[in-house]
Amino acid sequence: MKNRLKSFSAMLSSVVLTLFGLTVLTFLIGRVMPVDPVIAAVGDNAPEDVILRVRAEMGLDQPIPVQFLHYLNQLVHGDFGMSVLTKNPVATDIARFFPATFELATAALLLATLVGIPLGVWAAVRQGSFTDQAIRVLCLAGHSVPVFMLSMISLLIFYSALGIAPGPGRQDIIYDGMIPTVTGLMSVDTLLAGDLDAFWDALAHMAQPVIILAYFSMAYIARMTRAFMIDALKGEYVITARAKGLSGLKVVWSHAFPTVAVQLITVLALTYAGLLEGAVVTETVFSWPGIGQYLTTSLMNADMNPVIGSTLLVGLIYVGLNLFADILYRLLDPRVQ
Amino acid sequence: MVSRRNFLIGSAALPFLSYLELADTAFAATPKDILVVAQQLDNMTSLDPHEGFEAVGGEMISNMYQKLVRANNDNPDQVIPVVAASWEADAESKVFTFKLADQKFSSGADVTAEDVAFSLQRAIKMNKSPAFIINQFGFTADNVESLIVAKDAKTVTLATENPTSISFLLFCLSANIGAIVEKKVVLANEVNGDLGNAWLQKNSAGSGPFMLQAWKASESISLQLNPHGPYKGNLKRVIVRHVVDPSSQLLMLQKGDVDIARDLTSEQLKAAQSDKDITLVRKQIASLVLISLNQTNANLAKPQVWKAVKWALDYDGMQKNIVPLSHVVHQSMEPLGFPGTVKDIPYKRDVEKAKALMAEAGLADGFDITLDHYSAQPYPDLAQAIQANLGEIGIRVKLQSAENRQVLTKMRGRQHEMALSAWGTDYFDPNSNAEVFCINKDNSADAKKKPFAWRSSFKDDALTAKAEAARDEKDPAKRIALYEELQREFMENSPFAVMFQTTRTAACRTGVEGVRLGVLSEGNTYLETKKA
Repeated sequence: MKNRLKSFSAMLSSVVLTLFGLTVLTFLIGRVMPVDPVIAAVGDNAPEDVILRVRAEMGLDQPIPVQFLHYLNQLVHGDFGMSVLTKNPVATDIARFFPATFELATAALLLATLVGIPLGVWAAVRQGSFTDQAIRVLCLAGHSVPVFMLSMISLLIFYSALGIAPGPGRQDIIYDGMIPTVTGLMSVDTLLAGDLDAFWDALAHMAQPVIILAYFSMAYIARMTRAFMIDALKGEYVITARAKGLSGLKVVWSHAFPTVAVQLITVLALTYAGLLEGAVVTETVFSWPGIGQYLTTSLMNADMNPVIGSTLLVGLIYVGLNLFADILYRLLDPRVQ
Repeated sequence: MVSRRNFLIGSAALPFLSYLELADTAFAATPKDILVVAQQLDNMTSLDPHEGFEAVGGEMISNMYQKLVRANNDNPDQVIPVVAASWEADAESKVFTFKLADQKFSSGADVTAEDVAFSLQRAIKMNKSPAFIINQFGFTADNVESLIVAKDAKTVTLATENPTSISFLLFCLSANIGAIVEKKVVLANEVNGDLGNAWLQKNSAGSGPFMLQAWKASESISLQLNPHGPYKGNLKRVIVRHVVDPSSQLLMLQKGDVDIARDLTSEQLKAAQSDKDITLVRKQIASLVLISLNQTNANLAKPQVWKAVKWALDYDGMQKNIVPLSHVVHQSMEPLGFPGTVKDIPYKRDVEKAKALMAEAGLADGFDITLDHYSAQPYPDLAQAIQANLGEIGIRVKLQSAENRQVLTKMRGRQHEMALSAWGTDYFDPNSNAEVFCINKDNSADAKKKPFAWRSSFKDDALTAKAEAARDEKDPAKRIALYEELQREFMENSPFAVMFQTTRTAACRTGVEGVRLGVLSEGNTYLETKKA
């Protein structure tokens, strides 16, 4: 028990330190980057007196350590500051943009996992065969073709040429302003509003970006599954199971896969974190108002509070999912303990 | 009995088949009374007309508010009366009286002189970025209530500090900073003495053709018809969707998911030009592409080098090959479409002449220099062409690409040597650009005013005096003549090589008519737009 507590407090302090380090780093980058945030706020043509006044209002006339302490104090009180671009508190913006990414990322991860793991297992079982080669080529393409290219090709074929998929955006224009925001997840909010047409429309809009992101993630998951599985299939317990005369399917899924599954936890956690970080390019091509688009737009406009806020959120997600994977790993594999 | 294999195949096919079925519900054409626009909305910071100072925000504001007068996009020498029915100046050209026309706010209330006076006073008191456009007439937070006065329900007077050209005053009042807001509504939403600023950033209280329904930053803006406003067409709503990628904009336009695409680049415009379902509305806007030579560099400080650079550039070649649909060759500091703009194109590529000027400057062997430029197209391509052109006269250019705000920050810090950048004009009067390019009275590092000329350490007292004289000239015709003279002198004797003027295009689906683009974004209006 004492050991567990010790290990838990070590984990917690590691999380706090990571987040603090991230805050310091992002803050410093924001302050030394060669773009003046005041110009970004008031425009390049603003007169000098306005620039000086806004600089003071934003606290940028203070020494950097003072600015940092002030910012930390804000953070401790749960205040991420205001966004110059949206005129909203950063926390409000994140609450608006994050669900869009969450919806996309979760659906993509589910699809990628459902397809990627069986493919990886299949490839491993048929190692060296034509099936294995074909799956490897499929995964290589998924990982090496730029996502923006896949997105554009997908739009050109399914939206423009065939007309069987909707265009960019989260929903059709006729539903604009019609669905009250409850969870921020369009697929859920449309159901809560009792509007089935809008629900199908939301799903249809999600399909292309989800499939593209899932393909990208699936390629990684399948490759890792294949590698883990090849290792697992060489294990003595698998050889023993085979020697006992168990069927191939039973050996693979009941004996080898549980070991692979434990190893895959970290892979899935990191993939999910990567997806939640905001599939920036996909969000751009599909006009998907998610956290990735929010982060990049803010960065391009030197709007630093959202940049730091979003970066912290992404950091928190990475740390949180890593921690979750770690704990799960320990629970499922007693050897780690 | 369904086999497990068939069950699995069926399950896999089901989502795909139902997806095909969705196609019908997902692609209904845009309704006839809703105009859907695809546009990049990411640099918009405020919809308060007395604060917003960016192009996209300016356009939205212009569709929600009226001003005393507005610029005439077709005849730049005139302004069009809007809230003001008529105006006159006193004998000294210091007191200007405006009689108001009958207009109504979206609330249904009449636009009164009190609203007009309050609005202009508010702009001065808040002193946000665009306030300088009207506080240059001597208005301050302390004196504005006594200088801008509602005499009766339909009469407003403005008293300026110094005698003022009425055309100058009117052009300045045509900017969005001159927008009229409804006093009662704005004050009802005031928080901590902010004059309703926080509320107006996300709401509207104007008398323009539309009113703000919703603004979701980086997502969309919805405008709805002002039932009491001046719009007479069949639109009930205008929805502007934030679509960053121009290729996506074109696809959406071609599919009919949007009625207008606003940010197509040359590449997409070529495709749009040959599409029979698309018409292009084009306008040269007040944005100039120019090279600035920083005068702190000893080589760049030589007037012969200024001219050598101007004679070395292949303006036509660059326009035809790099920016055929998005820019035109333009060499004056005043944009086409402005009052008194000189259309002369005196500089053409003449390598021998440029080389002779370099020799005259004692730089026959040339010199090394760095050119900063924006990283977004077409600037990198233009920069490479400039590098090749200048290389032929011995100027060895090293290119330095960066995001545009980074280049602007560097220029504001006077840290560049040569810079290829863009300049957008603030308001519809030649003084707007003359002031930034010609008037630099204090060239010290901590100067209170840091106009574009200051950023390149260019100070010419004679040019400053001429620009001020043109600004203050009362006779409109003579004023224009002075500006024409000033532009020619600037072309000849300044370290700025103005090369191109930007052309904006609104690509519209057939059936969408009456889209107007202005020289300034304030002129982009859906006031006359109809959808068949």
